[in-house]
Amino acid sequence: MSFVTSVSTGAVRAGTSVMYASLGEVIAQRAGIINLGVEGCMLAGACAGYIVTAETGSPYLGVVAAFIAGGLLASIHAFLVVTRGANQLASGLALMFLGLGLTAFFGRPYVNVQITPLRNYPVPFLSDLPYVGPVLFDHDLLTYAVFPLAGALWWFVFRSRWGVMLRAVGESTESAFAAGLHPARIQYMAVSFGGALAGLGGAQISLAYTATWVENLTNGRGFIAVALVIFAMWNPLRAMAGALLFGGAVALQLQLQARGVGVSPFLLDMTPYLLTIVVLLIWAQRGRDAFPAGLNKVFRGTG
Amino acid sequence: MRHILPNRGRWLLAIASIFAIGLFAAACGGDDDDAAPAAGGSASAVTIGFLYVGAVDDGGYNQAAYQGQLAVEKLPNVKVIKAENVPESAEAERVMEQMIQQGATIIFPTSFGHLDPAIKVGEKNPKVTFLHQGGLKTAANVGTYFGASWEANYLAGVAAGKVTKTNKLGYVVAFPISQTLLNINSFQLGAKSVNPAVTTTVVFTANWCDPAKIAESVKNLKDQGVDVLNQHQDCPGAGIQAAEKAGMFSVGYHVDGAKFAPNGWLTASTWDWTKLFVDLVNQVRAGTYKVGQIRQSMADGTVKLAPFGKAVPKDVQDQIAAAQKKILAGELEIFAGPIKDQGGTEKIKAGAKQPPVTELETMNYLVEGVVGKIPQ
Repeated sequence: MSFVTSVSTGAVRAGTSVMYASLGEVIAQRAGIINLGVEGCMLAGACAGYIVTAETGSPYLGVVAAFIAGGLLASIHAFLVVTRGANQLASGLALMFLGLGLTAFFGRPYVNVQITPLRNYPVPFLSDLPYVGPVLFDHDLLTYAVFPLAGALWWFVFRSRWGVMLRAVGESTESAFAAGLHPARIQYMAVSFGGALAGLGGAQISLAYTATWVENLTNGRGFIAVALVIFAMWNPLRAMAGALLFGGAVALQLQLQARGVGVSPFLLDMTPYLLTIVVLLIWAQRGRDAFPAGLNKVFRGTG
Repeated sequence: MRHILPNRGRWLLAIASIFAIGLFAAACGGDDDDAAPAAGGSASAVTIGFLYVGAVDDGGYNQAAYQGQLAVEKLPNVKVIKAENVPESAEAERVMEQMIQQGATIIFPTSFGHLDPAIKVGEKNPKVTFLHQGGLKTAANVGTYFGASWEANYLAGVAAGKVTKTNKLGYVVAFPISQTLLNINSFQLGAKSVNPAVTTTVVFTANWCDPAKIAESVKNLKDQGVDVLNQHQDCPGAGIQAAEKAGMFSVGYHVDGAKFAPNGWLTASTWDWTKLFVDLVNQVRAGTYKVGQIRQSMADGTVKLAPFGKAVPKDVQDQIAAAQKKILAGELEIFAGPIKDQGGTEKIKAGAKQPPVTELETMNYLVEGVVGKIPQ
């Protein structure tokens, strides 16, 4: 397989989980809520998906369980910050530890259990095409679904009436309320949906990519997803691009090593964070324009 | 309302955080029963602490060491405290201090990076004996133990060198520590002893257990034509499954992983710590233990070669058995000169005998035939 094909295929494989989580966080932050517990939601999805798959033998039921588990965990965050007015950063971090602890506890009996993984469905004819075939048309269903999802979410945020409501709430809950919306309800839905997508991202790792459950399976990918939201300036399509860049950096590093070229895996692990810093440097002003004004509350306090 | 709600929110949050942290600590701290302080035990009762960097059922490194702990628990008058997921940082010091407060007088810090924390805690607690797994230095009350897993990896290399069709082997490892380099080098030497054209490509993941990165490494090696996978990871299960899916052969590490690869399984270098752990504990209790660097091998039964998979033909199995016999008899020295590094420099001179283990464990190069660079 050519170098470019290998790295591009790897970018899709390694980027999908982060893409789900990042898309989810875009929606939550568009509603004015930062969820630093994305990592916990990913773990909840990865673990619940694995347990349900191991018990039922169906990875698709596992995917459903992952969606629900990620959403439920995130709804705790929504309850704390929307209903109780808690500090979003502290609540998010607590959520991360909660996810880590709960999944370590409930996942323990399943560490060495084997599952039927989500299988690859190569698209007939298309998967045989040179270059694009392996990159785009030889994946599992969760991976196929993430690209149309990114497009749909872009349309939702920027072109639909619902998107206007979501963004209005993210800019100012008071104005949105005055306009007759239910900001709390919309924020609940956005945060829970974001967590549910993070759960799907976790499931892509545990059910498709590795067919494995171990504690802390996601290894910080949830935090990368949060960093990518800033890189993406709250735009789903840019989040997709950012996740592919992250996946590409992982794949590039491993592919270079597999070819005997010496690169430091330590340096390349920093890529998503470096990208974010570069974007912040270059597009500081544009970033400020895209920034949902409601997020300011996170730093000013809501009291 | 605006004044009350945030405060109540903060309280709720505080409770939620404590709950979360408590759960986390419970998950890390293992059984609460084990952690209860010893009360009214007989004078000869001893409390022993075990630290693991991961989960004890990771199907790998920690699980192998945990089997040793279980053997120790069966000794009379022994109380065991275990702590899982102890990071290789100051956190390890805190965990060890806690164990000592609970009466531990022997501590097994089982991960490579637990050594410096153990030495630090040891300075403050001179009466406690620390038995560290894999450490390359000692202190007044900190001794180390390890096993020559590279002996078994040499034999696995013979199997790999025989079954490969592309003459390309792959090795997915975590960090470039000397014991990892020893494993890679002896695997390549074993393969080369039966197949002069063979090479071993190394990929570093910079993480002891990141299944997604391991799986991705395997796929990238496959793209380069590699058809046999070996690993130095704490949790090799994901890699073995990825290799099986890609139609590759697999060599496991730490524990037998045959169930993950019904077709491609070759063998594994595995550990049996039970006898050594029990011996060490008995020595410390009897006052006969002397701090030092204990290094065991296949001859001691600590390092083992897992049963062969069906992918290893009978004649190759016989060939490996013969080589194993020679190693056990001391007739075959894996690192006898000449040993050349990747640049062709002679690191162990022609005609030289295999250096002692303590010297081998300072190895900082990859041998000729290994593809890949050691990250700086």
